[in-house]
Amino acid sequence: MNEPTGQRGGREPAPLWEVFVRARRGLSHTHVGSLHAPDAELALHHARDLYTRRQEGVSIWVVPAGAITASSPDEKDAFFDPAADKVYRHPTFYEVPDGVAHL
Amino acid sequence: MVAAVSGQPVARGMRESLLHPLVSMDPSCNTWDMYGNDFAPADASDGDLLGQVEAAEAALRAAADRGRGGTAAPDADPEAYFADVIDADQKIEPRDWMPEAYRRTLIRQIAQHAHSEIIGMQPEGNWISRAPSLKRKAILLAKVQDEAGHGLYLYAAAETLGVSRDELVDLLISGRQKYSSIFNYPTLTWADVGAIGWLVDGAAIVNQVPLCRCSYGPYARAMIRVCKEESFHQRQGYEILHTLAHGTPAQRAMAQDAVDRWWYPSLAMFGPPDGDSTHSAQSMAWKIKRFSNDELRQRFVDMCVQQAEALNLALPDPGLRWNPERQAYDFTQPDYDELMRVISGDGPCNRQRMEHRRRAHAEGAWVREAAAAYAAKRAGRKEKVAA
Repeated sequence: MNEPTGQRGGREPAPLWEVFVRARRGLSHTHVGSLHAPDAELALHHARDLYTRRQEGVSIWVVPAGAITASSPDEKDAFFDPAADKVYRHPTFYEVPDGVAHL
Repeated sequence: MVAAVSGQPVARGMRESLLHPLVSMDPSCNTWDMYGNDFAPADASDGDLLGQVEAAEAALRAAADRGRGGTAAPDADPEAYFADVIDADQKIEPRDWMPEAYRRTLIRQIAQHAHSEIIGMQPEGNWISRAPSLKRKAILLAKVQDEAGHGLYLYAAAETLGVSRDELVDLLISGRQKYSSIFNYPTLTWADVGAIGWLVDGAAIVNQVPLCRCSYGPYARAMIRVCKEESFHQRQGYEILHTLAHGTPAQRAMAQDAVDRWWYPSLAMFGPPDGDSTHSAQSMAWKIKRFSNDELRQRFVDMCVQQAEALNLALPDPGLRWNPERQAYDFTQPDYDELMRVISGDGPCNRQRMEHRRRAHAEGAWVREAAAAYAAKRAGRKEKVAA
């Protein structure tokens, strides 16, 4: 829900933590939101209370928001454009001769 | 000794009877398909509120898969790019360029929404210690805890727009930002807890479901989560009223009295009529808002009539009748002068709510300070060990 904005208010607030939850065994951790807490241990407690009140997860990560480096200052597509002209990275680029199996 | 021997099964039985109704009320009340792509989009055809939330969630994913259809290059005119993203029903994300007025409108709306959740804990919190059974008490505690959670999701969403949490808290406790007028009404009886769940949370859901499709990503995602949880609130309230309405004559009267008092304030929750609504047109163009105040109010009335019949309770409106031409109910409008009075501070409980919030914030200061001091001490120790 929250992403680092780089802006802060007047007073020194408790640090911001980004919360990632693994919903079930076999799935990746997914970003679910953020919260403020003075340290990692409390952040984890708060994350449990805030984001898993209905058994939404089997595992939680909390990460200091300030420790995340983002790909670009703006969420623009241009950064990823070079990937668009390399269609040969996808298997569908290649023609498979008729009758060839298991490819 | 007897207690120790029998303690285990009794405890387990009690736990189940407490928790089972909470988790099994509706499987889709759980936010189980909250996380990414592991579930197929839910069938939205049933048209109930949860169905609509799931449809909004599916639409969000579908839009993300579809990508931005427009032609404005991201490096070109940021305004054209912004318009393009909105046109394509895509989400604006925190670090996208956005018009200053869009940012300000969202901060105001999300913050007031968050404040409402936080203040909204008070009217019901009033009954936690006096709930009629352990089961009702556990449910009410869970509900009030949810309201706190909703406030925190929303504050976090507002913070992505560049306002700090402390500023938001200051804006509330200094009275410079408002919260929903409905929480300035008192909860006089236990039946009020039922009426709040059914009518107030019901009105909130009708308001909030379209916000699941809001153009600002963090707000839309928070609303999806909130709406799923809110549906438990509405059903628990309805169940309380249903139980009372089918109880003794005194219980029935208490239920009817609560509905009588909460009906018009709930209608007023949708805000002033369309002609007087100041922010609507621009918010609609930006796809922050999807329906007008009057449209949503009508939707709520149409929903409630049949639900009231099932409760065998009357809605306190002699003007309420089906209009076959409009295919909707005609109803008496709430007193908008009263709404304005309550918003501007003159409701039955405004002062009490604000005083309580300020006191709770001030009395919690030592906890925040202690936690910060403890964190600093531990960080200092770690540094020493590392050195």
